[in-house]
Amino acid sequence: MSQYFDLTRRGFLKSTAATGALIFGTYLAGGAPRVIAGVLAKPSESAKTANLFVALRPDGIVEITCHRSEMGQQIRTAIAQIVADEMEAAWDKVVVIQGKGDAKYGDQNTDGSRSIRYNMQRLREMGASVRHLMRQAAATRWNVPVDSCSAEQHVVTHSSGKTLTYAELVNDALSITPPELAQITLKKRSEWRYINTAMEHIDLKDIVMGKATFAADVFEPKALIAVVVRPPVVGGKVKSFDAKATKAIDGVIDVIEIPAPQGAPQFQPKGGIAIIAKNTWAAIKGRRALSVTWDDGKNGDYNSEVFKASLLATVASPQSSVREIGDAANILANSSDKLVADYYAPHLAQAPMEPPCATAIYYKDRVDVWAATQNPQADMATVGAMVGMPKEQINVHVTMLGGGFGRKSKPDFSAEAAYLAMKTGKAIRVQWTREDDIQNSFYHAVSAQHIEASLDKNGAIEAYLHRTAFTPIASTFVEGATAPLSLELRLGFTDNPINTPNMKLESGEAPAKTRIGWMRSVSNVFHAFAVQSFIAEAAHKAGRDQKDYLLETIGPNRILDVTEENAEYDNYGADKANYPLDIGKLRHVIEKVADMSAWGRKLPKGRGLGIAAHRSFLTYVATVVEVEVSDKGDLKIIKSWVSIDAGTVVNTDTVKNQVQGGSIYGITAALSEGITFDKGKVQQSNFHDYRVPRMSDSPLEVEVEIIPSDAPPAGVGEPATPVYAPALCNAIFAACGKRIRQLPIGDQLKA
Amino acid sequence: MITFIVNGKTHEFSGDPTTPVLWYLRDELQLTGSKFGCGMGQCGACTVHINGVAQRSCVLPVSAVSGSKITTIEGLSEDGEHPVQQAWIEHKVPQCGYCQCGQMMQAASLLATNPTPTDDEIVQEMSGNICRCGTYPRIHKAIKSASKTLAAVQYYDPKVKGEQA
Repeated sequence: MSQYFDLTRRGFLKSTAATGALIFGTYLAGGAPRVIAGVLAKPSESAKTANLFVALRPDGIVEITCHRSEMGQQIRTAIAQIVADEMEAAWDKVVVIQGKGDAKYGDQNTDGSRSIRYNMQRLREMGASVRHLMRQAAATRWNVPVDSCSAEQHVVTHSSGKTLTYAELVNDALSITPPELAQITLKKRSEWRYINTAMEHIDLKDIVMGKATFAADVFEPKALIAVVVRPPVVGGKVKSFDAKATKAIDGVIDVIEIPAPQGAPQFQPKGGIAIIAKNTWAAIKGRRALSVTWDDGKNGDYNSEVFKASLLATVASPQSSVREIGDAANILANSSDKLVADYYAPHLAQAPMEPPCATAIYYKDRVDVWAATQNPQADMATVGAMVGMPKEQINVHVTMLGGGFGRKSKPDFSAEAAYLAMKTGKAIRVQWTREDDIQNSFYHAVSAQHIEASLDKNGAIEAYLHRTAFTPIASTFVEGATAPLSLELRLGFTDNPINTPNMKLESGEAPAKTRIGWMRSVSNVFHAFAVQSFIAEAAHKAGRDQKDYLLETIGPNRILDVTEENAEYDNYGADKANYPLDIGKLRHVIEKVADMSAWGRKLPKGRGLGIAAHRSFLTYVATVVEVEVSDKGDLKIIKSWVSIDAGTVVNTDTVKNQVQGGSIYGITAALSEGITFDKGKVQQSNFHDYRVPRMSDSPLEVEVEIIPSDAPPAGVGEPATPVYAPALCNAIFAACGKRIRQLPIGDQLKA
Repeated sequence: MITFIVNGKTHEFSGDPTTPVLWYLRDELQLTGSKFGCGMGQCGACTVHINGVAQRSCVLPVSAVSGSKITTIEGLSEDGEHPVQQAWIEHKVPQCGYCQCGQMMQAASLLATNPTPTDDEIVQEMSGNICRCGTYPRIHKAIKSASKTLAAVQYYDPKVKGEQA
């Protein structure tokens, strides 16, 4: 797409204003989604209040604005599929424009696997409104009843056979009052031509040609490059620095201190020293030559080994109740043959392939930013606070993201660029290196969990106690917060699907000594690891097949409402009526994946199958992993099978790609040594010591089946990740009898 | 002064000879298809061809490629018609796309020397290229399918004499 930014579009609209383009939008979410039309000579009143734009140009080209960030989930394509389908637009006449950060769009925070869930209905309504308007315009021109006109592929056809194209109808439509919601009819599912198909994504060819614009590929404006050395310990400050050697390097222009953040980390830059240079290499060399003395502050004692012991100690004793039914504590206290397991998982860094990067220009009344951001409205607020301007004066252009995984929801890098642009008066691009990314992330929480259960005489779980403790995301927003937010617990902990008369779930506290953030699937990753591993452990203790026992343990088809068990649960902010926690659906994905993988088949020695199932982001996923473990303890993942029920899906191939990739992302949790700290400093720095899955670590086939569904759309980007590590570890147990409770797997198979 | 040929055009560079080829391509020539991923030859996002062979441009100083032919993704084909690019489209490999230029350059280099690699050879050759989106299964399939195209071209090229023809 050459017309990527809406900057280009503004230019276009100016140049064609005389001929008139038809602009559609809906009001903010919550308001009546009524279509408004108008000529954009200059931004009209209607355009200002509109949020999701569909612009039908006089030449018949349809411009569809994508207000969510593109990071590989093909949201730009999905939004276009929905609008164009309902609109009956010809696909070759669709152009997608990337929206800037703007509150008028409503939520733009591209995380939580919710872009389609939040937007599908209003996008359909908008598309259908345009289709209605086209039919109306033709009917008026021909003086015939609107019902005798049908719209298909950019053409309105009368029952007599005469036709008018959408382009020919643009001018007529300008004088027609757009329909009220009640007047429009959405297509039936059987009439969809783009939605729920595997059509090719719109940016594919640009990517394959090397033409996609990521954050570091923005050359207008021509910027100076800044590389920043940040305090190695969170909360640390610059004590002193010597820039003499740095300034002597050819190409280095300036050395500027960035102030230390105040209070809770939020998305503030960590502070430090920026080296500004004519090109990237000079900036990198300048940083190597810089000598800085740091005051490490109160987190200088952070040591991962010590912290692990304290987390395990926390979950060894009773903590705050999160959910309770029956009398688990008492039954377990008196049980002589209970199964007890502690699980541990380290910090992880999201490590998107594109390290954080942003360009900024400072003007006295505004700042322009180009950033690989998942949440441009957070950039507006963070940059505004950094330069002392209202957020409305911060223009944030969203580039393509080279992966996000939650890291790019935190725009500290944009604030760095804006601050340096303000200080220098120049356009500045802040380029993070991989070391910067690994050592200055907002890390996935380190966690410990303790589970114990007693089995009845049939082997079923009669009492279940589960304690979790992890460094909470809450600490990033509230200084000193040690207890998790309810929304962190509802990610795979509060919504435990085990069907038992006695259950007690408890949550402990943990003081975060680094910046904590969310990574793809968030606390679902370690919670699903513990729950799904434990169920397989219990199956083994009961002498049962993993898959059969998993089905029995989650119990019969029913709607589970955990709020009836003294729990706080917001169901991912979704209505319980539309998105109930449906155990039947969880059972169905398990049964499906068992079929796909020919569960129960005889395997050669050293091979094993593992299964795990989990609901997250309102989507049900079950995964089977087949592994081979050699006598020496070498692990090879042979193949994976995934069954997913995400409700209505827009692009079936994208869903499969996301599920394949989400599975492989899940391997990180199992294989990576994670991020560890000593004396407050991250001990890893690049891909040589922060291991991420490579092709040699991955299955060469991840077979995915999407459960056909006409339920409302649920999440796709994240739900395949949490099940992977437990399915893998269950497979390892099946293959060689070694149970992995502590991640990473490391050399546990060699012992 | 260092001289080399980038995508068929001769260029001269008189700047810092320790500058990695990647930053020269990106900062000076604005050839942005080659990506920065790690700066230490660990991830392959910066992969280009030096005299036809895949190399990591992020750790390769310009002084080391004096007189060489450098090919970037922008020079792999005119309009994306290289069999590897076609296979990437056919299998809809990319998600975010950031690493894919490096992946394709690595794959093209592999197939240029070994048009019919085995499954294991593909894994071995491609395991230096990281994709955090996890598109490895599709990359593997795309290389197999590009291999068929390339092998077919080779087998049926009338100019090729001898056993292969």
